[in-house]
Amino acid sequence: MSCWYYDTGGRRYRFESLRELMACATPARSGDELAEIAAASGEERAAAQLALAEVPLARFLEEPLIPYEEDEVTRLIIDRHDAAAFRPVAGMTVGEFRNYLLCHDVGSEQLSRLAPGLTPEMVAAVSKIMRLQDLVLVGHKCRVVTAFRNTIGLPGRLSTRLQPNHPTDSATGIAASILDGLLYASGDAVIGINPATDNTGTVVTLLKMLDDIISRYAIPAQSCVLTHVTTAIEAIERGAPTDLVFQSIAGTESANRGFGIDLAVLREGHDAAQSLGRGTVGQNVMYFETGQGSALSANGHHGVDQQTLEARAYAVAREFEPLLVNTVVGFIGPEYLFDGKQIIRAGLEDHFCGKLLGVPMGVDVCYTNHAEADQDDMDVLLTLLGAAGCNYVMGIPGSDDIMLNYQTTSFHDALYVREVLGLKAAPQFEAWLAQMGITDHHGRIAIEGELPPAFAHALARSAS
Amino acid sequence: MTDSERTSGVPGVIDNPWRTLSRHTDARIGLGRAGGSLPTAPHLEFQLAHARARDAVHLPLDSETMMATLNERFSQVVRLQSRAQDRGEYLRRPDLGRLLSDDSREQLAAMQVEQCDLSISVVDGLSARAIHEHAATLLDRLLPPIRERGWHIGPLALVEQGRVAIGDPIGEALGARMGVVLIGERPGLSSPDSLGVYFTWQPRSGRRDSERNCVSNIRPRGQSFEAATTLILYLLDEASRRELSGVELKDDSEVASQLGDGRGNFLLPDSAD
Repeated sequence: MSCWYYDTGGRRYRFESLRELMACATPARSGDELAEIAAASGEERAAAQLALAEVPLARFLEEPLIPYEEDEVTRLIIDRHDAAAFRPVAGMTVGEFRNYLLCHDVGSEQLSRLAPGLTPEMVAAVSKIMRLQDLVLVGHKCRVVTAFRNTIGLPGRLSTRLQPNHPTDSATGIAASILDGLLYASGDAVIGINPATDNTGTVVTLLKMLDDIISRYAIPAQSCVLTHVTTAIEAIERGAPTDLVFQSIAGTESANRGFGIDLAVLREGHDAAQSLGRGTVGQNVMYFETGQGSALSANGHHGVDQQTLEARAYAVAREFEPLLVNTVVGFIGPEYLFDGKQIIRAGLEDHFCGKLLGVPMGVDVCYTNHAEADQDDMDVLLTLLGAAGCNYVMGIPGSDDIMLNYQTTSFHDALYVREVLGLKAAPQFEAWLAQMGITDHHGRIAIEGELPPAFAHALARSAS
Repeated sequence: MTDSERTSGVPGVIDNPWRTLSRHTDARIGLGRAGGSLPTAPHLEFQLAHARARDAVHLPLDSETMMATLNERFSQVVRLQSRAQDRGEYLRRPDLGRLLSDDSREQLAAMQVEQCDLSISVVDGLSARAIHEHAATLLDRLLPPIRERGWHIGPLALVEQGRVAIGDPIGEALGARMGVVLIGERPGLSSPDSLGVYFTWQPRSGRRDSERNCVSNIRPRGQSFEAATTLILYLLDEASRRELSGVELKDDSEVASQLGDGRGNFLLPDSAD
């Protein structure tokens, strides 16, 4: 194992391993302090960043932060590494790699070709020496396009997940939020319910209901019930009309075991959804959620900083060619991301790292009521993510998730960011919105007094 | 015609006729719009709700009153503390909220309970309000059927500054076959009083979250006490039979669902019309 030094102002900082160097170089974060691996001072952090900039990218292939023998995620990362794709940057240090990424002549195509040659540790390292504007700029260059019943991640597009959660899974309550979302132009990424229980019967019922709604209104979008992958497999066996299989994932084998999963069961879930062949314009069938701090929370962090572990989760994700991945950035709580400043930086790091690794990143721009954050912080993150070309964000009535008890972006928030940055919904969904009379020729909401006929009928039924 | 001329009420605001659907959900639907943005009134209502939820996180557990309430229902009630000294430490150090203070460990040891079938812990979590308002109601439904099963219930623990996993060292000290934790969930904007119940087969220090089952959102406007009781009893019975909990103990109960078959909601008429 190597040792790293940096001398500054007569003081020598020594880092015993690449793992320690990475943890000390990472921007301040309550979760790394909780794990007792953070830099002890601001100067130590800056010294670690200066030392990290000198580390050759190739070093990360030789010195895995978590041993190959101990962890199947490390094995996945090393075994899947594409040396030919890596070649253009193989001789660079982390600092040189940052400069390369910022160059005008490095564009979307080069970055797409480079992705299989990059490991999570390399992209996490370079993110640690980048400012927010760098994360936005490079994120904006990356394009990861996926498809199922519509196409997500195209330039100039921002999709939304319509999240119609209800604390008792009430069919009518869920339907009310779906209608609200559709009439505010939300739902092209997915109409996705977090169910109140993991009861397989309930999951099957919700899947049928979503399938019926999508068919009846001919919505070019996909549905998902966000239940454990093993429950989804059971539901498929029971004949439930399943578009996407969901799972929360983390960046280490032991943290994944805390979620009750491993790579084999994810493969099983992926194959089960693929076997249904329900996509019309593509067959990306997985939906993953991640978040900094999940490995520490599951006591499976191996002394690695939470941002690097988060990037490792994207290596797990990309193995299964997902339609959607999102980092639920502020959901986990202040013990991992203490305040708005930490949440904002983490959201942009996650988007950047995921995109650079070739993962279709969305971000759940969110916070809990026990964190030091508010709507203003979310506005900053949302606007920056819009500028960074984020694939999708969440959409929920009035920012209030009454099932999961946290605040995420509202339908109105998505309209705001589309308006100021000139972004549009996924093309197939955009056409449907116009055809249904929900949006006008500017793509703005057209509904004033009267509802479009199909929905006016539904509303009339609700009153009867 | 300008936006303001199209409105029924407030100038500049376009109302949503589907707001009537809010009788079916607490979700903030049909808020209307000013341009594409949130109108002033719902925006400021949100700010008020957020301020209240923030305040709820910091409300301390009323241990005196809760001890009196619980003593009416149990022969033995023990008041315990996690290792988190105060709310600030509790929020930053969840690891401390999962461990018993030294005093509390000694207290449990001094009770000399060698084994029991079920250890029940009532824990403040992130909403003392949920415990104040709903713990007794749920216990009153849950206890009679548990006692009918002839199970020996260990001393009830009331815990301050605790996380879910604090039920593990408690269950371990009491030699419990099964552990049930009633805990205040983190307050939502519309639900500062939500109670969660976590079930663990053979609660012992070091159990993983995937080894637990959870019934959440228990409150008058969420998961009903009745449905929650049915689910918890189902978990207890199945775990007793199969000797495990967590993801392997799937909730396959055919509980009378409030969902019906998912049809009958207004978006999906039964007959074509």
